[in-house]
Amino acid sequence: MHPAKSVIAFTTATGAGYGLLIFMIALNMAGLLPSDATFALLGFGLAFAMISAGLMASTFHLGHPERAWRALTQWRSSWLSREGVMAIFAYGPTGLYGLVWYMSPETLATPLMMAVGLVGIVSCLITVYCTSMIYASLKAIFSWANSWVPASYLVLSLMTGALLCDLFAYAFGFSTTVLDIAVLVLLAAGLLVKLGYWKYVAQTVNPTTPETAIGLPTAQGGKVRVLESSHTEDNYLLKEMGFAVARKHAAKLRMIAIVAGFVAPVFLVWCSSILSDSIAVYPLYSAVFVCAVGIVVERWLFFAEAKHAVMMYYGENS
Amino acid sequence: MTSLPAQPSKKKLGLVVDLDICVGCHACSVNCKEWNTGGHSAPLTDQDAYGANPIGVWFNRVHSYEIVQDTGKSWTVNFPKSCLHCEDAPCVPVCPTGASYKRSEDGIVLINGDYCIGCKLCSWACPYGAREFDEDAGIMKKCTLCIDKIYNENLEPQYRVPSCVSTCPAGARSFGDLGDENSDVSKLVKARGGYDLMPEQGTKPTNKYLPPRPRNAENDANGQQAKLDSVDTSGANVIARWVDKVLSR
Repeated sequence: MHPAKSVIAFTTATGAGYGLLIFMIALNMAGLLPSDATFALLGFGLAFAMISAGLMASTFHLGHPERAWRALTQWRSSWLSREGVMAIFAYGPTGLYGLVWYMSPETLATPLMMAVGLVGIVSCLITVYCTSMIYASLKAIFSWANSWVPASYLVLSLMTGALLCDLFAYAFGFSTTVLDIAVLVLLAAGLLVKLGYWKYVAQTVNPTTPETAIGLPTAQGGKVRVLESSHTEDNYLLKEMGFAVARKHAAKLRMIAIVAGFVAPVFLVWCSSILSDSIAVYPLYSAVFVCAVGIVVERWLFFAEAKHAVMMYYGENS
Repeated sequence: MTSLPAQPSKKKLGLVVDLDICVGCHACSVNCKEWNTGGHSAPLTDQDAYGANPIGVWFNRVHSYEIVQDTGKSWTVNFPKSCLHCEDAPCVPVCPTGASYKRSEDGIVLINGDYCIGCKLCSWACPYGAREFDEDAGIMKKCTLCIDKIYNENLEPQYRVPSCVSTCPAGARSFGDLGDENSDVSKLVKARGGYDLMPEQGTKPTNKYLPPRPRNAENDANGQQAKLDSVDTSGANVIARWVDKVLSR
């Protein structure tokens, strides 16, 4: 599949933004993050900026962005529509929690605000799940239609969000061992879920083949070979679904994603946890930067490596 | 609503493509483009139409394949492909706007161009590549089964068939109601062993394909491809052998 920049930006930025909201709210509810107004402003501000920028990016690739509101109507059947509805809904409770944190932090401990926070966390998780199901519901793209996809979107969202939250915590001197451990556990979980996904894709046999695509040969076995293309020039299908550059460098790019996305951040977060308070934040800045590079590479591969069933008609093997 | 009809329609209009007959002339593709650029989803735009890299929207494409069997036998199949108007069309429920829909009265899958936001998700969901994005209009387009022709009362009844069917010079394409088991197309599918493309995708396509008929067994009784033998000159008369010798120098 063609790895559109807008879709990579959308999935990575909103994922990290929702993860950040989840950790800000959850840690505050647990009493592990102090009710500091500037901290709330920056944390929620960055999260909403990333989410809003990601949602905007996802509308850039639309043919008719001015009709985007229509995408909220078909939530009964469409995961894309559900994602849109949930993304807008999630602004409510998370925004309210952030606002109260900024305006009157002492109110946060009331049962009502605890409920608002909980609804906010759950709606963020559901939104990320809906994002992942846009892809996981497409049977025509074999490497997407499996439960590793929602698992990795959820874990990577929590992972990137927790890392950002950790950076803020260190920058404000609010660092806690609980958050450090959560980040390290999520980095390990993120690596495991990606390795599991890649292993699953490598070991599972796609039932769709060039032979099932044209339905021949029926009885005696044999192979289908493209004799002549159906068109001499490029077409939409080849441009959108025939992207093959990734396969050439897939192994190297996966290594970059593993090292930058997971291994290096683990080391840098560990460095921060043992350094003195005055300099502990600096390794975390690098951790956020390399992790961002790694996750963008990971997401690029997620799209670029995926083979669409229609390519069986163009000589692709299953 | 982009949910599929609750009950599959009784009437299932669709095409039957005979791979034994198709000669790969692409007339169906060209006439499809011709009709539909003025039809329901008009226009079917092209970019750089007269330039070095033309690209544009087509609803019907004709591929050509070589089938190589394990025995070594091989043959060519010309393979026209357009929307299969699936009963469980995966392109419909993914649509976030309600633009993509399947008609409950006859099973035709269509796009409402006024609602489409051009997110392209339906084209990702279709395993057959039946949908093509119109860069000029910013919306998705697809085969309409010539809905503006098959129900067109200004045409004589015999012309109320999709343009790919009426134009085929070899008669490789048939149109009819595949939901009615007594229709000509259903009988044809039954008699010839018509099949679904990518049945494992679970889309239940309405359109059916008829396999090439078995080859004539006399030509290749040993399971070998019929081929020319090299010329054996040993039994020829003296003059013929002398001519062969002179000309072989």
